[in-house]
Parts: sequence; C-alpha cells; structure tokens
Amino acid sequence: MFWTKLKRVARTGFFNFWRDSTVSFASVLVMTITLLVIGLISFSSAVLDTSLAELRNKIDIDITFVVSAEEEDILNIKHSLESLQEVFLVTYISREEALTAFKERHSSDQSILSALDELGENPLGAVLNVKAKDPSQYASVAEFLEGDNTLSSDGITIIDRVNYFQNKKAIDKLTSIIASADQLGLALTLFFALISILIAFNTIRLTIYIAKDEISVMRLVGASTTYIQGPFVVVGIIYGVTACLLTLLLLLLITYWLGNTIENFFVGFNVFSYYLRHFLEISSIILVSGVLIGVFSSILAVRKYLKI
Amino acid sequence: MIVFDRVSKIYLDNSVALREVNFSIEPKEFISIVGPSGAGKTTLLKLFLAEEKPTEGAIYYDSTNIHTLNKKDINKFRRKVGMIFQDFRLLPNKTVYENIAFTMEVAGRTDEEIESDVPHVLELVDLASKVWNFPHELSGGEKQRVAIARALVNEPEVIIADEPTGNLDPANTYDIVQILKKINDLGTTVILATHNKGIIDLLKRRVVAMEAGRVVRDDKIGKYNE
Repeated sequence: MFWTKLKRVARTGFFNFWRDSTVSFASVLVMTITLLVIGLISFSSAVLDTSLAELRNKIDIDITFVVSAEEEDILNIKHSLESLQEVFLVTYISREEALTAFKERHSSDQSILSALDELGENPLGAVLNVKAKDPSQYASVAEFLEGDNTLSSDGITIIDRVNYFQNKKAIDKLTSIIASADQLGLALTLFFALISILIAFNTIRLTIYIAKDEISVMRLVGASTTYIQGPFVVVGIIYGVTACLLTLLLLLLITYWLGNTIENFFVGFNVFSYYLRHFLEISSIILVSGVLIGVFSSILAVRKYLKI
Repeated sequence: MIVFDRVSKIYLDNSVALREVNFSIEPKEFISIVGPSGAGKTTLLKLFLAEEKPTEGAIYYDSTNIHTLNKKDINKFRRKVGMIFQDFRLLPNKTVYENIAFTMEVAGRTDEEIESDVPHVLELVDLASKVWNFPHELSGGEKQRVAIARALVNEPEVIIADEPTGNLDPANTYDIVQILKKINDLGTTVILATHNKGIIDLLKRRVVAMEAGRVVRDDKIGKYNE
C-alpha cells in the first residue's frame, strides 16, 4: 500500500503542477529569482573572498638586518619566527640577493648604479620577509622582534629596521577594512538570502491559499494529513527543481557575459571559469535550497488549513 | 445509531448556534432537518462531522462519542460518511473520474477497485458520458450528481446532504431527491438539511424542525409547516 500511496501522491502532484500552469509558472519564476539571488550571493562572496585574500597577501613586513649581521644569527631568528603560531611564511633574502634585486629595480637609473659601484662594497643588509596568517597578527610578530629574541650571540641587536613600525597605520587600517568587509559581506548575504526566501515562501503560501477549500474537502472525505500534504510537497519539489535548472542556465549566461568585465576589475578572478570550476558545488547549493524552500513552504502553508 | 445528547454550541462572540439539541437517528432512517437560515442546521452537521466541537453535550455514533476520537479515528469515521453540499465542493483541478477516485484512494481502495467502481457509480447518477470532464464544464445539476456519486462510492453508512438542491432548478431538485430516496431504500441513513418546502412535502419522511438553535418539532411523517 505504501508504494501505491506514494505513486498516487506523486501522480497527483505532477497533475496539479501541470494543470495549474499559470500559478506554477508564476511560482517557478519567483523561485528562480530567489535561487538566482542565492547563486549570485555565492559568486559575490567568492569575488570578495578572492579580493580580500589578494589584499591580505599584499601585506607583509620586511626585517632589514645590519650589514655586519652574521647569516647564522639571521637564520636563527628566521627559525624562531617560523616557530611562531601567527607566522605563515618567512623568506630569507641574503645581502647578495638584496643587491641583485636592488640593481634590477634601478637598472634604468644610471646614477644610482654608478654610486653603488663607487662604494665598492654591498651597502644593503639581509632581509627577512614575514607573512602572517592574518593581517591582525603583525603586531604580535613585531612585539616578538622587539624582545630579546633578536639579539646576536654578542647580545647586540642586529636588526636595522622593521618596516612594520613605518607602515603600522596603513596595516591597521587595511586590517580593519578587511574585517568589516568580511562582516558586511556576511550580513548582506544573510539579509538578501532571507528576503528572497521569504518572498518565495509567501508565493507558495498564496498558491496553497487558493487551494484551501480543496484541502477542507479532502479533509472531510477523510484524507489523512500526509495524503493531503503529499501532492503539495511534490509540487514544491517540482518548483524547486525547475527553478534550479532555470537558475543554472541563467547563471551560465550571466557569468559568460560578465566574465571578462569582472576579470578586468578584480584582477585574476573570472566568474565564468569560477562557475564552471565549481559547477557541482554551486548546482548542489541551488538545488538543495530550491527543494528545501519548496518543501518547507508547502508543508507550513498546508498545515494552516489542516486544522479541520 | 446517531444520538445528539443535549448538544449546545456557543461561539466565542456569545452567539448561540445550538441549544440543548436532543434527538436520535435510527440506522437506515431518512431524516430531514428543516428550518430558516440561522436555525442551526449546518452547525449541527458540522458538529456531526467533527469539524467543530460542541460547547456542551455529546454526539454518539454507534455509542462512540465522536469528539473523543483522535485525528486518525476521525479520518476513519469520516470515510463512513458521505457528504453532499449546496456548493458541490468538487476538486476543481480534477476530472469527474478523479474526483470520485480520490475518495476511494483516501479510503485505501486498490487501483482495480477504483477502475471498476467509478464508472459504475457514474452510471448510477447518469453521468457516464462526462467521466473526463472537469467540474467547470458541468451544469449545476451535473455537478451535484458527481458530488452524490462521490458520496456514494465508498458505500457509506450515513449520507449527509446540506441544502443539496439550494443551487438547482426544480427539475434537477426532483432528480436529486429521487436519488437520495433510492440511496436510502438501499439501506443508507440519510440526513438532509434543507429549507425547501417542496422537497419535504414530497418525501413524507421524518422531519425535525429547528428554530434559533432549538428543536421545535419532531414528526414521524412530517410536513414543512403544519
């Protein structure tokens, strides 16, 4: 009997969807807009994440050592920096490498190059470039460097300068911008998702409101709750699946169209290739959202008229 | 046997729909409940179907108090009762066939039973040619005959008809009354609520007259106004 009932419920659901074509069309359209909002939100958060990550990546601090510092002492400091939890990566740039890089940077400036030649020796100290896991953690890295950890074996500090202290203001500002952009992004995401879900929910509720007399008749001929709710849930699932397919198609067109424009704006992020790369993930999010919205809206809306 | 035992229904706004209604209905009886609009006929039927609860008193069906049943048992009980309404209450998105099949599905009947019984019951009400029509394609009389077929198909013990002829012309009214009589002759209890004088006089069966929520008359073979 279970399979017979399931078959009957599914058949009734399909028939209702098909016969009430105008209502179904309107509901699918609203649901598509909801899912499109959810889809676009996931894109915008990906764009935001990539841009913020890019920005985070750009923040680092350089520790420049005095010319006389021993390589061994520097490598010791590198080692102890690497053991810090906050530190993501420490790169050692030896005096020679620093010089080569300096020369390359100023290859077109003959006066600087000849001044270097006149000096006869390398005036540049070795550098440790430190990247923290999070921009907010540079302060504690800097604190570490101010302590006794960076003294050479003779007890003299070998650090010439740390550019954190020069860039502190800029880093702090950037850190707070990133943090609030993150929070704002999350709040906006939740806000738009909630609004669009409410709109879809209300649309489905209205379609069921139209059927409230029907529901009471079903009740009066002795139909059980599941038997009445079933077909509405099936219709909700069909709304969700149809709207999901439409949304995926629309997203394909939108991202294809926007791909290059956005890539020029946010360096290195192409929404179209992002969409194709994450298609499975995005389509599952949209499908699950669509089906869940459809099913829950139907159950909640029908329940209201089942009290007889 | 159906017993209305001192049933009162008072709504939240203190309007009294029923006051101490007391009578019983024997199996296979044909009873008409008459009275002007607002007399309490429809409320009485709603209470019998457990659509609403009485404020006081109880309604028994085969010595079970209907209002002590749980949801599942109420559904089972409703499957024993066939209902016919003034506004037909057919499911608009279902064909004539599906409207009747739905009640059978609800009662847990098999596909084979449905396929054999639906055409049969439609023949009984003379609608075999309209099987695949939707309700909006039928006339008032035809809709009411579908509703009767739907009420009949599960072979209910009781048929309730609430102003079944209210929206019909005299010819259709006569047809519907004849069908109800036939159903009763075959052994089903029929409870008919109406304020149509012609029907009552034609039927020559028991009449319970109501006014302002009270039973004012109960005659074995009644007329509308005596």
